[in-house]
Amino acid sequence: MNRHLFFRLIATLLMAASLGQAWADEEAPDAFVKRISIEVLDTIKADKAMRSGDIGRIVTLVDTRIMPHVDFQRMTASAVGPAWRQATPEQQKRLQDEFKILLVRTYAGALSQVSDQNVVMKPLRASPDDKELVVRSEVRGSGDPIQLDYRLEKTAGQGAGWRIYNLNVLGVWLVETYKSQFSQEINAKGLEGLIESLTARNKSNVKKG
Amino acid sequence: MVPVPAKRIDGTLASHAVTLGKKGAVMALLLACACSGWAQKLPDPRDPFESLNRAVFTLNDAVDRVLIKPVATVYGKVTPYWARKGVGNFFGNLVDVWSVVNNAAALKGKATSDSLGRVMVNSTVGILGLIDVASDLDIEKHPADFGLTLGRWGIRPGPYVVLPILGPFTLREIVALPVDYYGNLTNHIDDKSTREVLTVVNAIDVREGYLKAGEVIDAAALDAYSFTRDSYFQRQRYREYDGDVPESPEIAPEAP
Repeated sequence: MNRHLFFRLIATLLMAASLGQAWADEEAPDAFVKRISIEVLDTIKADKAMRSGDIGRIVTLVDTRIMPHVDFQRMTASAVGPAWRQATPEQQKRLQDEFKILLVRTYAGALSQVSDQNVVMKPLRASPDDKELVVRSEVRGSGDPIQLDYRLEKTAGQGAGWRIYNLNVLGVWLVETYKSQFSQEINAKGLEGLIESLTARNKSNVKKG
Repeated sequence: MVPVPAKRIDGTLASHAVTLGKKGAVMALLLACACSGWAQKLPDPRDPFESLNRAVFTLNDAVDRVLIKPVATVYGKVTPYWARKGVGNFFGNLVDVWSVVNNAAALKGKATSDSLGRVMVNSTVGILGLIDVASDLDIEKHPADFGLTLGRWGIRPGPYVVLPILGPFTLREIVALPVDYYGNLTNHIDDKSTREVLTVVNAIDVREGYLKAGEVIDAAALDAYSFTRDSYFQRQRYREYDGDVPESPEIAPEAP
């Protein structure tokens, strides 16, 4: 490769790297949530198959556009509680996988009802130094507005710089609700019993379509 | 409240057993067995009537599947969207009327004036509430019933109770029911059959609005009863603070 081309290549790479770094440092947490929300809503509104209830397509959307921004291991560990530490790595993986399938499908089911909704961000109450914070938003459209809050952790330099580790719909925190669901199962049937219940639920959800 | 898993109790007892010696160890072991048996079905302190509530919940679910849900589904399919919207808006306006009273009783200035503004706009320009003009003008809803007012006056919710047909409540909300009944303007109509028709229409319309949410819960919950109960309490707290719940210290997530 000739020298000219070589230097141009290096310059482009450096520029891209610096832009990427600056963007990751500068994207505010509420701007991040807004961007992702709008992306997802717009995709669904533009896709006829998704709007007529093709859950498979929405699941793919959630997997590719939302899940990379979720700290799913932290969510699962929080929901499982103290029993997580006693679980083998293989059990932890199975728990995470089944819980993920359950949540993605549930979230996709809720998203399949999107028609004309748009997202409005509420004022951010956090200081720039916060490593963890809550971003509040509201989904408005036909029907009553739906409050949607996110707990974010800072992951400077990785991905968008923020990751979601809890979700609140209309005042109900996801991780907290599943904490008591899971501890009930663990108390009754142990950790293996919980994994079995999750797997069974996922199978029956697929059957229902 | 998260039930403490049996293992934690065992661990604490075990450490005490070392100091107690042999006899103590046997006692601790017996206690641990008893406790782990008890831990199998850890009661939720908010729900002292759990077994009765579960029975009623199952009954309600059956009645819902057999009767209410099918009617609501047909209603959703048969009535055009604008008609259902009108029904929802009409009853929503009545909720706003009662909310004015309750927000004022709870000394919530902005919520009271918002609710009053909503009623005035929707009852006039919105033709007796059929059109929700106020929401287009971005006047927020602050739904408030008497149960909420009691809460704001400092009265604690009391035990969780599932009523037949009516669904989940806390004792405080049940006590408030007669007052809320009085505060619903449709109950002041003289003609009994009109009253009844309006009540049924409202109930079916509300149920139709929750059809999709119900499907999501069915898929998401491992145990619909406790899922509903926990969501109810979280939602109650959310409504008490009008959406502005003070940050509770997040229970430290487990290190992966």
